Amino acid sequence: MNPLLFWFFAAMMLAFGVSVVLNRNPVASALSLVVSFLCLAALYVGLDAYFIGAIQVIVYAGAVMVLFLFIIMLLDLGAEQRRKFNKVALVGGSAVALGFAAQLVGVLGKFPMGNKPFPELKLPPGESLNDLQHVGETLFSVHTLPFQVIGVLILVATIGVIVISKRELK
Amino acid sequence: MISLLASIPWEMLIWSLAKAVFVIFLVVLPLVSYTVYAERRVSAAIQDRVGPNRTGFPTTLLGFKKDLQLFLGGLGQPVADALKFILKEDFTPGGVKQFYFWLAPCLAMLPLVSLAFIPFGSSFLGEKMVIADVNVSVLGVFAVTGCGVYAIVLAGWASNSKYPFLGGIRSSSQMIAYELSMGLSIIPVLMLFGGMKLSDLVQYQADNGWLLLPLWGGGLSAERWLMLLPLAISFIVFTISVFAETNRLPFDMPESETELVAGYHTEYSSMKFALFFLGEYAAMIVGSSLIVVFFFGGWSLPFIPDGQGHAATFFQNIFGDFYALLPDWFWGLANITVFFGKVALVLVFFIWVRWTLPRFRFDQLMKIGWLYLFEIALVNIFLTAAILAFTSK
Repeated sequence: MNPLLFWFFAAMMLAFGVSVVLNRNPVASALSLVVSFLCLAALYVGLDAYFIGAIQVIVYAGAVMVLFLFIIMLLDLGAEQRRKFNKVALVGGSAVALGFAAQLVGVLGKFPMGNKPFPELKLPPGESLNDLQHVGETLFSVHTLPFQVIGVLILVATIGVIVISKRELK
Repeated sequence: MISLLASIPWEMLIWSLAKAVFVIFLVVLPLVSYTVYAERRVSAAIQDRVGPNRTGFPTTLLGFKKDLQLFLGGLGQPVADALKFILKEDFTPGGVKQFYFWLAPCLAMLPLVSLAFIPFGSSFLGEKMVIADVNVSVLGVFAVTGCGVYAIVLAGWASNSKYPFLGGIRSSSQMIAYELSMGLSIIPVLMLFGGMKLSDLVQYQADNGWLLLPLWGGGLSAERWLMLLPLAISFIVFTISVFAETNRLPFDMPESETELVAGYHTEYSSMKFALFFLGEYAAMIVGSSLIVVFFFGGWSLPFIPDGQGHAATFFQNIFGDFYALLPDWFWGLANITVFFGKVALVLVFFIWVRWTLPRFRFDQLMKIGWLYLFEIALVNIFLTAAILAFTSK
């Protein structure tokens, strides 16, 4: 990946991630999250993981966030905008975040694998990496059982939602 | 810094830029404005009216006696429409959310991005005629069309008015419902072809017969003829979903005039309204190109070779000498023309349907999407799997 593009998209992603937290308007926050997701997808594409990049956009930007936005607009959350910053929570929250960041820097600095360059992928000349095929083969041959179990789990969750929402209130 | 600049693939960049400019500014935007014109002429023909048949190119301004009329009358209409939109007052109602009110029309042009994944020709001067030739181009197109709903939702919300808001809400639930059946309906095609690269899919159809017309090459096998049934089902489901995704009648709930004034763009005027208008037609062109690429062989026409002068074996044997007479770039251009010709035919079909069918109610629309199309598409996948398992022995 071209480092210029990497820094551009990484910076954009972080900037919009910060704006998700700082915006007082819920719709603006949701839209910032969408842009942040799109930049993340761009980073995936830069790493030749086209499949994950496309799925990231379809699932998060195209479906999840549309539903988010839908709910936010229907509820019309005006109260959120008028709320003042809680100073104690602000100080406490930033202390935790700073502590975590410091710890992360410390651990990653001592992590030997982090300094090794990723081994060059050996591909026949003129061919590009078919990540789609790799993902499919791995999912359906090596990890078949976990994949099926996750499918059943999601089905159970769906049925649970229907049962809970259909239950009559007494 | 110099190594950074050297690492940029300039040749690829320039070719991509040239292709993007060609597709968007020389083909699709004119196609959009003339689709609007065709819409008005076809609707007039269907309703036994005349339609816009007068506007020529205003040569009277230069002192001639008559305006210049080319072919059919009224071909100057799109130019006049564009001028009108630009010169109109750009009125912003009070109480709108300014930033989002401006952002929404810009996002409405998003469908143009998905054109990057669509192969609009075979090859021209040795360069493949597709802007982003990635191995997941099907997913890429769906990713971009999935984001297209933001324009409508934001427009409805930012307008701070009841009818646009209802339009935006309707649109988001409609898009989510039909995206599912659209994505699922295309899976039989991908199962048969075994990949997601649109340019390879078109090449496969050029060699082995279009998916809905398996008459040459590998298309003359029992497998492909049995597959016609699930493919026809997926074609029908996909086409209906495209109608819903592009907000065309009979599914134009977000802007149904009789209920919502003009739906999500009620408060917009001038060029901002025109952008929504253009975006809708651009989405229509993307939908039509997808139908052509998936089911009708994209740029291929049985007796016309690709950009390297090769046709399917059957036709190569008959016309091979004739193909060699003309240069390869000629055939490359012919392929591009064939592709946009097919797209134009599908667009006429879109227009025809609009002026033939009445609008559904919103609950009916939701019912069709969730209770019928979704299930049909799911069953169709199992049918395809059964046929593929049966014939592969």
